[in-house]
Amino acid sequence: MALRDVHVAGFAQLPNRMNLDDYDEAEMVQEITAKALADAGLERSDVGFTCSGSNDYVMGRPFSFAMAIDGLGAWPPIRESHVEMDGAWALYEAYVRLQHGDVDVALVYGFGKSSLGSVDAVHTLELDPYSLAPLGVDPHAMAAMQARLLIESGETTEAKLAHISCRSRRDGNKNPNAPHADEADADALLADPYVREPLRAHDLPVRTDGASCVVLRVGGGGPRIRGIAHIIDAHQPGFRDLTTSASATKALAAAGGAGGVTVAELHAPYTSQEVILIKALGLGEDVTINPSGGAHAACTPMVAGLTRIGEAALAVRNGAPAALGHATSGPLLQHNMICVLEAE
Amino acid sequence: MGADVELVSPFVLEYAYKRSTGPVIGRFLTSLRDGRIEGVRTAAGRVLCPPVEYDPDTGEDVQDFVEVGPCATVLTWTWIDAPLRDHPVQVPFAFALVQLEGADTSMLHAVCAPREDMATGMRVRAVFRDERVGSITDIAHFEIDTGVSKDLVPNEATEPITRFKAPTRLEYVVAAGATTAEFLRGVLRRELIGRRCPSCEKIYLPPRGSCPTCGVRTTELVPMAQKGTVTTFSVIRIPFEGQVLEPPYAAAHVLLDGGDTPLLHIVGDVDVDLVRMGMRVEAVWAEQLEPTLASVRYFRPIDEPDVPYAEIRGHV
Ligand SMILES: [Zn+2]
Repeated sequence: MALRDVHVAGFAQLPNRMNLDDYDEAEMVQEITAKALADAGLERSDVGFTCSGSNDYVMGRPFSFAMAIDGLGAWPPIRESHVEMDGAWALYEAYVRLQHGDVDVALVYGFGKSSLGSVDAVHTLELDPYSLAPLGVDPHAMAAMQARLLIESGETTEAKLAHISCRSRRDGNKNPNAPHADEADADALLADPYVREPLRAHDLPVRTDGASCVVLRVGGGGPRIRGIAHIIDAHQPGFRDLTTSASATKALAAAGGAGGVTVAELHAPYTSQEVILIKALGLGEDVTINPSGGAHAACTPMVAGLTRIGEAALAVRNGAPAALGHATSGPLLQHNMICVLEAE
Repeated sequence: MGADVELVSPFVLEYAYKRSTGPVIGRFLTSLRDGRIEGVRTAAGRVLCPPVEYDPDTGEDVQDFVEVGPCATVLTWTWIDAPLRDHPVQVPFAFALVQLEGADTSMLHAVCAPREDMATGMRVRAVFRDERVGSITDIAHFEIDTGVSKDLVPNEATEPITRFKAPTRLEYVVAAGATTAEFLRGVLRRELIGRRCPSCEKIYLPPRGSCPTCGVRTTELVPMAQKGTVTTFSVIRIPFEGQVLEPPYAAAHVLLDGGDTPLLHIVGDVDVDLVRMGMRVEAVWAEQLEPTLASVRYFRPIDEPDVPYAEIRGHV
């Protein structure tokens, strides 16, 4: 059976900020879904399926995704689903749902706040409960061990990582949806102390609050999903070659490859993970990486991945022949999704 | 948000989970309690440690258990200058991926060594705690291998490990948000302020920033009457943990006059056996106001005729 052509008909995001205290879940969802539908030229009544990504531990309350439904105007009752993951996986579910053939428009959103509690502590809880979580290992320490492997194998240097951070934050400062970051000279950054050797503060993601929304539509124009796939590796970091991401490589192949791609939006919270993904995806010098500043400049939990796909769609709208959106989940790039979009 | 009152509140989420281990993890933890480290061999002959139930490459069941370590090689590491509360060591130490002798994979654990001695490729040895309970932290840490092992304190326990405690604690600082903050500031003035949906014109109290029926922002603030009608109720006669009021008391849905959504509150100043649907009530405020709905102590009956059920049936 041939797959139905699915297009990104609309995209909207709340600006990623250090603190969106004024918004509750429903208010975030109301605003982004209304804006994304307006961007698509569609009404709420046109939507045949709705799917969201969020995490109760991040939001600090049980069933926060159910509270968020109040932002949708879910009356008469709607077909709705949820993933306790980044909104990118909600988009994948919606893409599959549209293949059933009975509905043509899907509304996908993700929301999250870093400001309420400790996202680091939530990431620690997500680890293997027998051998990792009891050690209380924090995500920065995990990323630092991965970065050391990368540096000691000659794949990168601390100076190159500082340049990645500078470029991301400079691009983020041009993106009204990323928080303002102080721009510094890469050499000056290398004088900073380590947070988790060999990573310094500038290598870590800027954690933000935010929400984003994508409207998918069968037909109707807009950037077309040429291929989408996600693959997962073993959970244990010590079971994998951490200097690459086997699942990212496989997911790109399953999504049909990166032919014609000129822009890649990579969900790489840590500078070192951008190096790994560029290698795993075989992206050349001709591909512009993270023009939005990426997840390094604005890392909203449960949102940053979906936003990468939305930003890739914007790149296609703005003239790129094809663009790649990447999302990750799990520790140290364990689980990776690739969505390749192209001009129709 | 107004500067008059800081509407943020600490919040702790805690779960007292116990986890079951299954046969493979259970045996691994049992061995740790007994002072040994075991891995599992896959059909392809790789030895995985820490053990898992399935070969991550093939999905096949793993085969037999193999003793590994206690010596290991550091494959990568990071230095922790200021340990966090949940870290396994409370003095400066390294987290490392260590490959135990006899294993083909590495395990994450703590290494205690001087910072200047830390290096990829260094040889380390597992140090077991004296008191072991069947946990990955029965290995206290790894230390530089000097070729001499510390005597293991024997363990009296013989029962296999099948479950263990895995308590969860997360701390938050929750802000009320603009809509709720506006409502709570009204409470400090003894006002109950709802919000009206511009589309269906329903008035929500407590207010909502978004109409759940229409999916649009509510915009208009509506100061509400402080009299209302009990639309439904329940008498609480048994004590429970965290209870504030002395049973018996009546919890009720109170629909304020002119409003569209009932408020969950308490009916007081009345014999609970007299509380009924349709009963007319009014708000009784506390003397000391605080920015919570507890500033309304309860609703008490007023001398007005009951409202017929037909008029409240949509609001129970
Ligand atoms: Zn309405």
